[in-house]
Amino acid sequence: MKKKDLYFDEHKTLHELKHYLPAQAPLKDFIHHNTLHAFQNQKFYDALQQASTIFGYKTSLSLNDFRNLHNSGRINDKILEKVIQDRKGKAELSLWLDRLIKHHYDYEIDSRIGKLKQHWKNTYKIDMDALVHPILFRITCSYLDQGISIWNFPIEHRGFLSSIKELEKLSYSSLFQSERVKKLLLHTSCSISSLLDILIGDSSLYEQYLFDTQFGHQGWSGMVAVVEDNPKTLLDHKKITLNDFIVFELLLQINALDSLSSWEPLAKTIKQIPVPIFDEVVNTEFHEVITLWQDAFEWSYYDQVLAGLSAQVLMELQTTVKKPNFQALFCIDDRECSIRRYVEKYDTSCLTYGTPGFFGVEFYYQPKNGKFHTKLCPAPVTPKYLIREINTRGLNESDANFSKHSHSLFRGWIITQTLGFWSAFKLALNIFKPTTTPASTSSFKHMDKFSELTIENKNINQKIDGLQVGFTIDEMADRVEALLKSIGLVDNYAPIVYLVSHGASSVNNTHYAGYDCGACSGRPGSVNARVASYMANHIKVREILLGRGLAIPESTKFVGALHDTTRDEIEFYDEDKMSEAIKALHNQNKITFKKALDDNAKERSRRFILIDSKQSSSKVHEQVKLRSVSLFEPRPELNHATNALCIIGRREMSKHVFLDRRSFMNSYDYKIDLDGKFLSNMIKPIGPVCGGINLEYYFSRVDNPKLGAGTKLPHNVMGLIGVANGIDGDLRAGLPNQMVEVHDPIRLMVIVEHFPEIVLKAIHVTPETYEWFENEWVHLVAMNPEDKSLYYFKDGAFSSYKPITDKINHVDNLEVLIESSEENFPVYSIN
Amino acid sequence: MEKIIQIFILLPLLGFIMSLIIPRKHENLLSRTAFGFVGFNLFCLTVFVIYWLVNAHPNLNLNEILIYQTKGYEFLLDFYFDKISVVYLFVGSFLTFLVTIYSRYYLHRERGYKRFFNTVLFFYLGYNITVLSGNFETLFLGWEILGISSFLLISFYRERYLPVKNAIKVFSIYRIGDVGLLLVMWLSHHLWHENVTFLKLNNYELVHEHLQSHSLIGVFISTMILISAAAKSAQFPFSSWLPRAMEGPTPSSAIFYGSLSVHIGVFLLLRTFPFWDYQFSVRVLIAAIGLITAILSGLTARVQSSVKSQIAYASSAQIGIIFIELAAGFENLALIHFAGNAFLRTYQLLVSPSVVSYLIKEQFYNFTPRKHSAEDSLPNRLRYTIYLLSLKEWNLDWLMSEYIWMPIKQAGRKMSFMSFNVTSIIFAILLFSGIIAFQIENAIPGNLHRFMPEFYALFGLILVLKSFAERGNAWHAFTLILMNNFMVAMAISFNEHFEFSHTVLYLSGIVVAGIIGYFSLYTLRKKEVKIDLKQFYGHSYKHPRLAFLFLLVCLALSGFPITPTFIGEDLIYSHIGEHQAILALIVSISFIVDGLSLIRIYSRLFLGTPIKRFHEVGFRSS
Repeated sequence: MKKKDLYFDEHKTLHELKHYLPAQAPLKDFIHHNTLHAFQNQKFYDALQQASTIFGYKTSLSLNDFRNLHNSGRINDKILEKVIQDRKGKAELSLWLDRLIKHHYDYEIDSRIGKLKQHWKNTYKIDMDALVHPILFRITCSYLDQGISIWNFPIEHRGFLSSIKELEKLSYSSLFQSERVKKLLLHTSCSISSLLDILIGDSSLYEQYLFDTQFGHQGWSGMVAVVEDNPKTLLDHKKITLNDFIVFELLLQINALDSLSSWEPLAKTIKQIPVPIFDEVVNTEFHEVITLWQDAFEWSYYDQVLAGLSAQVLMELQTTVKKPNFQALFCIDDRECSIRRYVEKYDTSCLTYGTPGFFGVEFYYQPKNGKFHTKLCPAPVTPKYLIREINTRGLNESDANFSKHSHSLFRGWIITQTLGFWSAFKLALNIFKPTTTPASTSSFKHMDKFSELTIENKNINQKIDGLQVGFTIDEMADRVEALLKSIGLVDNYAPIVYLVSHGASSVNNTHYAGYDCGACSGRPGSVNARVASYMANHIKVREILLGRGLAIPESTKFVGALHDTTRDEIEFYDEDKMSEAIKALHNQNKITFKKALDDNAKERSRRFILIDSKQSSSKVHEQVKLRSVSLFEPRPELNHATNALCIIGRREMSKHVFLDRRSFMNSYDYKIDLDGKFLSNMIKPIGPVCGGINLEYYFSRVDNPKLGAGTKLPHNVMGLIGVANGIDGDLRAGLPNQMVEVHDPIRLMVIVEHFPEIVLKAIHVTPETYEWFENEWVHLVAMNPEDKSLYYFKDGAFSSYKPITDKINHVDNLEVLIESSEENFPVYSIN
Repeated sequence: MEKIIQIFILLPLLGFIMSLIIPRKHENLLSRTAFGFVGFNLFCLTVFVIYWLVNAHPNLNLNEILIYQTKGYEFLLDFYFDKISVVYLFVGSFLTFLVTIYSRYYLHRERGYKRFFNTVLFFYLGYNITVLSGNFETLFLGWEILGISSFLLISFYRERYLPVKNAIKVFSIYRIGDVGLLLVMWLSHHLWHENVTFLKLNNYELVHEHLQSHSLIGVFISTMILISAAAKSAQFPFSSWLPRAMEGPTPSSAIFYGSLSVHIGVFLLLRTFPFWDYQFSVRVLIAAIGLITAILSGLTARVQSSVKSQIAYASSAQIGIIFIELAAGFENLALIHFAGNAFLRTYQLLVSPSVVSYLIKEQFYNFTPRKHSAEDSLPNRLRYTIYLLSLKEWNLDWLMSEYIWMPIKQAGRKMSFMSFNVTSIIFAILLFSGIIAFQIENAIPGNLHRFMPEFYALFGLILVLKSFAERGNAWHAFTLILMNNFMVAMAISFNEHFEFSHTVLYLSGIVVAGIIGYFSLYTLRKKEVKIDLKQFYGHSYKHPRLAFLFLLVCLALSGFPITPTFIGEDLIYSHIGEHQAILALIVSISFIVDGLSLIRIYSRLFLGTPIKRFHEVGFRSS
């Protein structure tokens, strides 16, 4: 019988470990999330200090960065003073100002983690990591490999440790030099605690030691934990547990120590036991200073935004546009912020809306010939439906340069002498004239434009893999109703309503999944747009909707579309099913979209220093398109960089404020939701989705080497599941530097157009939702829709907020502004 | 016509110097300079090659640049141009041109943008010197530049631990190749009694005549050539450095370790082909090494689960086949194979990030639960064994450290019974008694005199081993290296009538570098308090200029062609008699360890994760 241990509970420790390890899925399923999710049960600033003290992360900009921002005027003096007064009182203003601006802090980043493990080096001069890591990573990677190696791990379906055991048992070679370790592996049960008894010998240190070792390579440990909990994330399933992984590592450690002439368990020889990692963290003055700077930095921006928004004269747009030309629904994504502005500019009688890009239809998608299903809805949702693609036209291209034959000896011999010269030609071609290759990912390839989809359910009892094929009429009606009502599109329908999803295109980009639609689990939203349009066009669905107060005229047509945010191109679906009249209107609108896309490309290009933004829009657009197919371009687009806001309200609220592509925008009309029923559903994903994106950018930006993936230039693809530097490095979670370098690390501010008491009720929808706001991981402001007064949420209650910024400058010609700088702009009012 | 060849050295040199002068903030100008010069060089080359082809493509030799001359010794720079040079130059220029344009965008906004282009151009210079070299001395010059620029490119991300560690590892292996070449030069002096040019090697009668009387020397030279070539081209038993070199930005890995650098060993064999052509045993040895590499690297490539290491091992395996082709005498086939392999691997590495989306897509549409691999038909036990061995890279990496580096380190530690002070005193005594002995040389008994060179050299070796094992004090490690150089100079002075001017020539570089080295260390200590070698301190982050200065010092001390010491080194070997194998061996090991110890001091002090962590730094494992 196993004796119960007072100090060490294996199960609990593993659970804790998983909680703290990075939760990033394999590359193909890359989804943004809060990097410090483990600390989310604490207030934001406390979490920053804890994470910094325990794990040695840098959790904010450096003091010098803040001071530079202040000197350049990006941090406003008035705001700085207000922030200090709010937190420290008026009396201490000058004291803290002095500390913030002048005082020298000799602050070194240090960590509690890793100190115990250090013992081996201090006592035995043995570099444990150098001896253990390479073989540990290589074996794990080979085991999990999804298709790089030609000769796969020879044993499968047995679990990680059993496979290694089998390999050891039946091989003339061995992973271990130590006979004792071989015996331990082959003849004992090898529990973590039994191995720690050998290595450490004092159970009060076990947990700390495990944290030390696992955080010595948090990339791989995190990946193992993710795969254990969600094995389906690997198409080629692999059985692995964190327990197995740790056991293997401990065995390797004992093996390394056994190469010494003699050694004793750590607890016997250690002289001073390091501070337990989860001991209380004491607040330091330096941390206070950083807190104040961060607050001042954030509010220097928010205050302008709030001033800008509250200064808007509320125009009843919906009534001014009596007969809209068309209506277009875009994703709430911050990247769609500017394209909406340009569409509205080129067709003043159109209306645009923002809604999560899966358009309220959740399902798995199986493309023609696809062997697997892909989830197309927000990550936490588990759909019950399957949509299949049938009758496609296109074929998949292939590229012989990726053929693994060139790596084998004899075929490689032929290939190098033939294909080798062809590669030189292709390389030269791509450098001088980049074009699409089979290697590039294109959002338009996600679904064949001319394919058919099985959207309507034919037989409710027929299931594939436990999923219902297509939706029933009732299920369709529910979804369309929720979609339209949530954004306030309940009357005044235009002849065409576009559902514009989005995706991205790139080449040589390992993080391609992070560029697509977050609401579609990191895939393009084209299928969702088509499916939702089909539902809304369905005659029987319309009948049901009529009964629920949504009178959609028969002449109104919903059209699905996909906006490629990298190339700034739009593809429309089911154009062949349009009537002549609709088609004529649609062709008109296409011109509007074309112009808007050119301008949008130009606005984006101001951040790309190597493009001259002063050229005409169409010229700039051509260069922007090239980026998506150029092998040498590490920044095909800048994704969510600079995101800072989330506005939930009517379009009129922000239509005449220039927000510089920094805002998520969810359309919402408080008037049809006075009790806030839709609002609470809407606000639920804001934290995990928008907040997750924002915080991942925040942390990847402030400590790119540790919390981000570092520069992507030396990255090496490991087993198709992650990237590492070189061949012996740990997996890199987080975002590469090229994605975040222009990002301003500030938290997301959610601004809801509704009465504060309704908003307060809405955020209480679930405890998890409330936690995001309560613990200040995202800011929340309610704007009274009638008098435009502002209320800021803090410590569980709303209180009135009056912006300090008294005047927002007006910009007449946006084009001139855009050509003027590549930096972040302040808030302007626009026409 | 042969005068034109110089252009292909001068243009890269000019480009390199220009790139050093341009301030770092001018990204555009830097990259334009780089691809401008490389592109123009490519253009000139193309025009020249056409002209050369039209004019009956003679083998050109340009020997006029006399660097140093003394009684019975001259140091000549010599250039040679034939079809091998043409292919290597063309492939090199073409790929470098493409990659510089590629990197112009790829490295945009990267810290170290300038450093990258400096190093690439430096590399390109070294490459051109090597492939155009007309004698071993010139080749060695280019070879050294290749080695050091490789070190700098691998450790490009100098603030992380792994790149620095791997850069040192690769440099160590290169060092073996360097000494192989030094020994080749040593024996060549004795074989030919001159700086033999590659042109002369083409003369069958001449080679044959010399080799007939010295067949053992011939085999020895060829073996040394083979060792150098194998080390540089990642052949057995040195293969494991190649994947570890993939630490820099992808384009640099692609061009250097995927294509150019790794084929330089092949070049060396091609260049010396007429020399070993008639040595059957050597040809068998070359083929054997090629075959073993092809099999082992081929198998290792099959089990790699990371894309870059897979390409690296596949490339190494192909080079193994090229070795076999060469041994079989298929020179032209080897040249074609080289070009094809270089192009293919460069392209594969450059598109390697795309492998994720491409293969995931393929998997999504074509997945079959278990793909059959060729090995499945083997019995389990054999299959598992081969798999495991391939995964462990056939223990080659372990072999290198266990049988080459560890013994050196342990030998150094064994010397710890002599404290630094004691060592210094012994050194001083030896130095003074040596100088006195030199004055009364004729009075020394013959027996004693005969052993003095070995004795001094051996003590020098002890000094440098101690330096290599030193952990506590950077001053000591550095001083020991300087002392070693003095001991080597003494040893040679006793050996033959080494003229005083030769000693001065050799030591002048050492003394100047030593003084600057002390100055750098002194400055660093004033700023950073303690300077030991127990870990990587990463001081280049705060003191980049000092780091650069100290790097120059290290280069000068290790015989890099920036001071007269470089010529002195060659001179020293010319004074070691052909029967003094032991002395040659001691001096050679001394040179290997000397270089290693210097690069170790530099790396520990200036590279790696900065010890003062005011800014964000990566994990050790990253």
